[in-house]
Amino acid sequence: MHALLDALVIAILALNLYALGVSRIRAVINAVALQGVLLGGLLFLVHATLDVRGALLVIATLVIKGVVIPAFLVHAMREAEIQHEVTPFVSFMSSMLLGAVGTGLAVGFAHTLPLAEPHTNALLVPASFATVWTGFLLLITRKKAIMQVLGYLLLENGIFLFGLLLLEAMPFMVEIGVLLDLFTGVFVMGIIIHHISREFSSISTENLAELKE
Amino acid sequence: MHLLLITVALQILAGMAACACACRPRLATFVGAGLGAIASLLGLLPTMHALQHGGVDTLNLAWDAVHGGFRIGLDPLSAFFLLPVLILSALAAVYGGSYLLAYRDRKNLGAAWLFFNLFTAGMVMVLIARTAVLFLMAWEVMSLSAFVLVTFEHERAEVRQAGWIYLVATHIGVAFLFLAFLQLGHAAGSFDFEAFGLMSAMGPRASGLLLVLALVGFGAKAGLVPFHVWLPEAHPAAPSHVSALMSGAMIKLGLYGLLRILTFLGPPAAWWGLTLASLGLFTALVGIALAMQQRDVKRVLAYSSIENMGLIVLSLGVGLWGQSRQLPLVAGFGVTAALLHVWNHAVMKGWMFFAAGSVRHGAGTTNLEQLGGLMKRMPATAAAMTLGAVAIAALPPLNGFAGKWLLYQGLLLAGLATAGLHSLAILLVMALLAMVGGFAALSFVRLVGIGLLGSPRSEPATHAHESSRWMLGPLYALLLLGVVAAVVPTRMSDLLAPVRAQVLANGAAGAPPGAGVASRELASASSRASTAALHALGQLNAALLAVVLLAVLVLAVQRRRQPANQSTWGCGYVQPTPRMQYTAQGFSQMMGGHLLPRPLRFRLTQRLPAGLFPWPGLLAATSPDPIQARGYEPLFRRLAERCMQLRLLQQGRVHMYVTYIVVMVVVALMWVSVRHGWATP
Repeated sequence: MHALLDALVIAILALNLYALGVSRIRAVINAVALQGVLLGGLLFLVHATLDVRGALLVIATLVIKGVVIPAFLVHAMREAEIQHEVTPFVSFMSSMLLGAVGTGLAVGFAHTLPLAEPHTNALLVPASFATVWTGFLLLITRKKAIMQVLGYLLLENGIFLFGLLLLEAMPFMVEIGVLLDLFTGVFVMGIIIHHISREFSSISTENLAELKE
Repeated sequence: MHLLLITVALQILAGMAACACACRPRLATFVGAGLGAIASLLGLLPTMHALQHGGVDTLNLAWDAVHGGFRIGLDPLSAFFLLPVLILSALAAVYGGSYLLAYRDRKNLGAAWLFFNLFTAGMVMVLIARTAVLFLMAWEVMSLSAFVLVTFEHERAEVRQAGWIYLVATHIGVAFLFLAFLQLGHAAGSFDFEAFGLMSAMGPRASGLLLVLALVGFGAKAGLVPFHVWLPEAHPAAPSHVSALMSGAMIKLGLYGLLRILTFLGPPAAWWGLTLASLGLFTALVGIALAMQQRDVKRVLAYSSIENMGLIVLSLGVGLWGQSRQLPLVAGFGVTAALLHVWNHAVMKGWMFFAAGSVRHGAGTTNLEQLGGLMKRMPATAAAMTLGAVAIAALPPLNGFAGKWLLYQGLLLAGLATAGLHSLAILLVMALLAMVGGFAALSFVRLVGIGLLGSPRSEPATHAHESSRWMLGPLYALLLLGVVAAVVPTRMSDLLAPVRAQVLANGAAGAPPGAGVASRELASASSRASTAALHALGQLNAALLAVVLLAVLVLAVQRRRQPANQSTWGCGYVQPTPRMQYTAQGFSQMMGGHLLPRPLRFRLTQRLPAGLFPWPGLLAATSPDPIQARGYEPLFRRLAERCMQLRLLQQGRVHMYVTYIVVMVVVALMWVSVRHGWATP
């Protein structure tokens, strides 16, 4: 059980690095979708007793993170006629390196945190920090607005991982609410991307600097 | 107590109702003004009860706010300030109803009445709040609705400017108040006023710091120089009933805050009194020196408000000094003078602003250079304004003199009780005080002489008409109050005896227990002394008023007997024009051009005609506020320039903003990590 859990977490970490290193947007979307599915699986594993509420949550996570949002993003890409290249500010190699360094630091940092006894050795905490860090990296170092959405999704995945620790304490409504929030957020961003691409005939966020004044 | 809550609720309700029927301005005015006035009058019942019977009444309600529940209370000090707030707000509502109807086609009167009622409700709440949180909330409601009221005519650029200055000043003031209350809360361990009161005296340094914070914070509201800059801007910009309420009631709440803080602080140190007295004297001198040079009637009144607040703070400072020196007579005289002048000033400033509003309404302007001849065209307003000028210049037959009379007595006693250089200093203060009085007389002679006498200097002033009864009614109600206060000042001093006891009690608490009886005896002696002084003054006032009344009657009878209509001697000019009259600036030229210290003088721009083909000459005098022009404006401009350099950080790039967030998060995490690492090595 524990070994399987660790394996899933490591897969999530690997997906982080993959998302930083690939040059096609579709690949990043796939990585994020796969990460969503893995998160659903983690949720399934962490839940000791599977009741109705747990099952609902797992299914909702799988469907929203794994299917709906990626499908929506693919749709948005097609609608806005976005080209497939990621167009980074920082090269793929260096962003992967940064991601790796961040992951290492996260592991070191997680040890210094005053955590409750059962969580001290779990890989979940460093993985969550590393995923948040990856999300931030995508947000900062990529030009296209759709990559910002993906970075935001990764960020949220990291928070979700951290939330797994508090599963017993967190009310059902809160979790569902977070999922709903996420969904709406992506929805709104999709619309905004569409508008940006129509206004500037590209979705590079560099154009937004013109709106400053 | 419950009645006061009902007052507040009714006022808010009145505002909402007025807002709801905003599309029918007459109905909105009727509801907003009528219900608001009724609510204020209702609040008078518990207020008078508290003043007459003393005692403290509190009410606790459950409220889920951080740091304190909903605690309100009524004690003599609150009631003392509630009285002018309630009376003035009721009268201002009636007056404003008529005043604002002139704007019914251009303005949303519903909103105006909403904020007017919120303003008065805020002031009442400030006075009855008994926790710091509630107090600050009420304070903000009061200040912000006053801002909306000041910017009523926001299409005029100078009004917007005035609103800005007011908003900035009030927020800087409230920042200091936050600091003061945080310090108090830290010392007392709670944000309840009751806990502040029970707190054992703080160290001298802590209480001194608190006093300074409160002095800046409340001084900004009370208009003490150099925190007064908003006042001469906001008062002329606001509609007249609002400026009457602001000048008569709101700026007094700054004083209320100061007194409230003083009751928490324990026995005063001598330097507190000296600080307050010198600040007050400085405020009075600067205020009146600038009042003398203003062109706008309401601006003159605003500076005169600053002067009067200065006098009040000076009296309070003398009182505190007397208390710290164990001179109960001086303390009694000083504090009574301050309190008495609060009431008297509220009455006469309310009445003067009502009169100024009436002039604005009738003659279309309050610029002295365009007025003149109003004594014939608006006799009721002009008569009230003349009497008001006598009262504000603190001349004997009217009520403005009572406070000064007591202050002089207190200063004399203080001079007798000290020796050497100290008494010389007190002598100097008295001389300066006399100078303030002289300047005040001069500026109000100017106001009456230029504004009301002579012949009109502009077209609208020629066609000036008297205002409606609804505007003159509140004006004369206040005038009547002023006359009554002048004739029976002892009645007022009886009413404020419990307040004085409350203000002076903080010194007695620190005294040794055996001294209680002796100090009570001394206190009653001091109250007897001030009552005796006031009694004499009341008789003098009554006699003088009788003489004046007699003279007026004789003149009226004489005029009726022989209605001769002759032209006066025209100094040999064949065709005199109104332009040959003294201008307002010309009248104060001797003062503003030569006698005052250089920073306070006029700014003259002149271009004299010269040469063989002379060009038209030009002479213009302006008198901007020196502290605003030389102090705050350069300071804020420099600050703004500094802040512009921060634009480097704001590039408009999403990535940069996210980077800032990331850097912040990483730094915060590292901070936690390092601290935790140190804690458990």
